[in-house]
Amino acid sequence: MSIKGKAYLAGIYEHPTRHAPDKSTAQLHAECARGALADAGLTKHDIDGYICAGDAPGGVMAMADYMGLKVRHLDSTETGGCSYIIALGHAAEAINAGKASIVLVTLAGKPRTGAMPPRAVGPEVDFEAAYQATTHNIYGMCALRHMHDYGTTSEQLAWVKVAASHHAQYNPHAMLKDVVTVEDVINSPMISDPLHRLDCCVVSDGGGAIIVTSEEIARSLKQPLVRMIGHGEALKGPRGGKDLDLTYSAGVWSGPTAFAEAGVKPSDMKYASIYDSFTITVIMQLEDIGFCEKGQGGKFVADGNLISGVGKLPWNTDGGGLCNNHPVNRGGMTKILEAVRQLRGEAHPKVQVPNCDLAVVHGTGGLLGVRHAASTAILERV
Amino acid sequence: MDTTAKKYPAPEGNPETKEYWEAAKNGKLLFKRCTACNEPHYFPRSICPFCFSDQTVWEESSGEAEIYTFSLMRKSASGPYAIGYVTLKEGPSLLTNFVDCDMATLKIGQKVKVVFKPTDGAPLAFFTPV
Repeated sequence: MSIKGKAYLAGIYEHPTRHAPDKSTAQLHAECARGALADAGLTKHDIDGYICAGDAPGGVMAMADYMGLKVRHLDSTETGGCSYIIALGHAAEAINAGKASIVLVTLAGKPRTGAMPPRAVGPEVDFEAAYQATTHNIYGMCALRHMHDYGTTSEQLAWVKVAASHHAQYNPHAMLKDVVTVEDVINSPMISDPLHRLDCCVVSDGGGAIIVTSEEIARSLKQPLVRMIGHGEALKGPRGGKDLDLTYSAGVWSGPTAFAEAGVKPSDMKYASIYDSFTITVIMQLEDIGFCEKGQGGKFVADGNLISGVGKLPWNTDGGGLCNNHPVNRGGMTKILEAVRQLRGEAHPKVQVPNCDLAVVHGTGGLLGVRHAASTAILERV
Repeated sequence: MDTTAKKYPAPEGNPETKEYWEAAKNGKLLFKRCTACNEPHYFPRSICPFCFSDQTVWEESSGEAEIYTFSLMRKSASGPYAIGYVTLKEGPSLLTNFVDCDMATLKIGQKVKVVFKPTDGAPLAFFTPV
């Protein structure tokens, strides 16, 4: 049994705000839900499945009640920034099993306005918390080891940011619209070795939502048909400290699973949305899901290879988390949104990929060098 | 940089890890080994994360290790610090901070040894270059 072709992305919405001191987090979730419903041509009463993650205030029960949803399928799998790509797979499973027909997924929050809620702690807390792991230094540790093992350079990391900035210049909502150079990145202040300030994504308020539905319902609605044909999810952690290797992620499992289900190869992709929490994240993920050999990610991204219209793999054409937005420090949702825009032909004309009919959406969540999840989805324009 | 004055959070402890923290008070770093599959692991669990046997026993580490990777956090509320993973001579790798050293000279592959730092509860394991 497969979810290949069983779930359609009928509605999408990206909140235009990047700074929302005048709104509540629950309100942002609801505004995103309204936006995605309007995009699909549906109403709240049509929703019979709801999925949210750790950013939803009070969780799935509180948010469903706040929005007045009456649903028969609920999910709140929490895997940080890739929760929403995982949600896409879980929505497809529910639709395929007849447990839901129209599933809403929301993300929203305000890390730019106020403090983030504390990260949930696990059984490792006494053995790790004192060492002050942050996203910056954990991804820094991955980058340093990748450089050590494969000769990856700061200049290669910088090319990821350069590509994002080339795309962000055309996005009126992007937080950082200025095109930057490799030199700009490597001359920006060091935050946590070897990552510079411009190797890091932005911090933004905002959110997004998607509506996932069946083929029959999608065909009755107004948007161009975009469906999921493959999906994968996986986890990786230090596993008792055996054979520690921070140069690869759970993407080595989620990627091949998704491509196998879809029956396509990375080289078939016309466009890629890959979560760019940091520049190193993109390099590692490109390797892990099969766009190049392990260790060759730095060479792959160099010389503008990720810039739409310039390189071989147009990537994060909205400017990504590095330049556009990064609502709630979780980049999975916005990766889905730009991939759908590309497949609909609704990306900005300067970055739209001609005849874009196959795209990959991939992200990691949690802390890449400690415990993280990864999820991959292959989307197709019908 | 002097890191001796830094205040570290006290471990809460629990029945599963009590012995570890008692040993830490005596300057000993413990890890767990599974007597069914012989694999060592860290942080310690009562059930082996590899073969799921409950036949795990405590073992004392030599405290000798090698730096697997690290990152120097340039700014924080409590000042710069170096986080990293070390691989113990006995096998398991663990997350830690490097202390009592010039953080700018840390290198992957460098030999380090355990050093305990006090908290309001049991002391915590850190590493310093040998």
